[in-house]
Amino acid sequence: MKPASFEYYAPDSIEQALDLMRQYAGDAKILAGGQSLVPAMNFRVVQPSVLIDLNRVTGLSYVREDDRVIRIGAMTRERELEFNALISRWAPLLKEAAPHIAHPQIRNRGTIGGSIVNADPAAELPVLMLALSARLKAKSVSGERWIDAQDFFMGMFTTALEPDEILVEIELPASPSRTGWSFMEVAPRAGDYALMGVAALVTLDQNGKCEGARLVYLNAGEGPVEAKEAEKLLIGESLDNRLIESAASLVSEKELNPFGNIHASSEFQRHLANVLTKKALKQATQRAEEILQ
Amino acid sequence: MTQSISITVTVNEKEYKREVEPRLLLSDFLRHELGLTGTHVGCEHGVCGACTILFEGESARSCLMFAVQADGHNITTVEGLATPLSSPHLVTDGGIEGGLHPLQQSFWEAHGLQCGYCTPGILMTLIPFLKQTPDPTEDEIRHALSGNLCRCTGYQHIVDAVKLAAHKMR
Repeated sequence: MKPASFEYYAPDSIEQALDLMRQYAGDAKILAGGQSLVPAMNFRVVQPSVLIDLNRVTGLSYVREDDRVIRIGAMTRERELEFNALISRWAPLLKEAAPHIAHPQIRNRGTIGGSIVNADPAAELPVLMLALSARLKAKSVSGERWIDAQDFFMGMFTTALEPDEILVEIELPASPSRTGWSFMEVAPRAGDYALMGVAALVTLDQNGKCEGARLVYLNAGEGPVEAKEAEKLLIGESLDNRLIESAASLVSEKELNPFGNIHASSEFQRHLANVLTKKALKQATQRAEEILQ
Repeated sequence: MTQSISITVTVNEKEYKREVEPRLLLSDFLRHELGLTGTHVGCEHGVCGACTILFEGESARSCLMFAVQADGHNITTVEGLATPLSSPHLVTDGGIEGGLHPLQQSFWEAHGLQCGYCTPGILMTLIPFLKQTPDPTEDEIRHALSGNLCRCTGYQHIVDAVKLAAHKMR
């Protein structure tokens, strides 16, 4: 398996990269970590005529704290999520989910921005961006703009980016107080694409009632899927087992639309969603209660 | 028109200059251009781990990188682990004289391989892992190896070999 020919550019600066994107918009692909793009090119499923490699652009790899937000450069490697102290302090959900992203060797190369822009419905990072209310900064020669994660993912491998835009930064609000988190998925083998997965966040008020909830699923539809009805059901309530079971049923029976694949029927995926929702909500609630005490 | 790009890559502390087409995979560059055939090619889409090398000291799939990306970078392949033999005939019953890295020696002693196809990738995965985790639990070992497929051993002897290596290298 060998990729088809392409023209290769390795710009040193983001300005040069944006210039190339304007010049080749539509024909060019960005090479970030390459951990999804290169396999697709090896299979010749993807045959870009121009490849713009961002690996020599300086200043796109960082994790910074900036007035109650965390800023992550788009070329930051996925591996960084596991070990960065700012991430573990302000976005513990990301840290917990990171080891589920493929294998260590893949995370050493794969970038956070690359996985977000690839928008694979089975990938973890798009789900996490939605769960964490991320804002994504896109640049082109004509300027820059911020896109909310909920407006960014438009469907299967499709995002709101224009053909000449490059994702340069991810902004995450620091995890609100009294918030518990959980990330769980079921995969045939560790590191494989998961059959089903969930990112859960639960915020409790001073009295221990649910003030905010987030439930976002991978491999459950055309993109990351948020279970808004189930979230609504939880708000203002005590998160006891009965309520959690009702929320899980709502998710698995009504809100998700998993397609099923060779490894799992859509019924089995729904079953997994039900089980994972219960487990994740319990863990997130328990963690929020621990913070409350 | 085929683009040809001049690159300089340091592999196992030796510098190589070559002209390459951009689409040449790093795995093929190592094997066919440099003759370093210790890096094996299994699936060529990032699943099997046989082509794992060290890129600037960190494990990476060489089939998921282009050779042009390695320009100016340091790479270690499985050939870089053993110390060179003083004589190519110094093979004895107890192992290869003066040669094997303690990790390789442990794989030998604990029967951590059968056909050996996956072994170079597994070794290169484990070098940074054992540096970072000198006293790993079995769970940590199995997680570290999750990206390397072995169709012979059932992994048990590989895990044993890693435990032995960790002990030797501490």
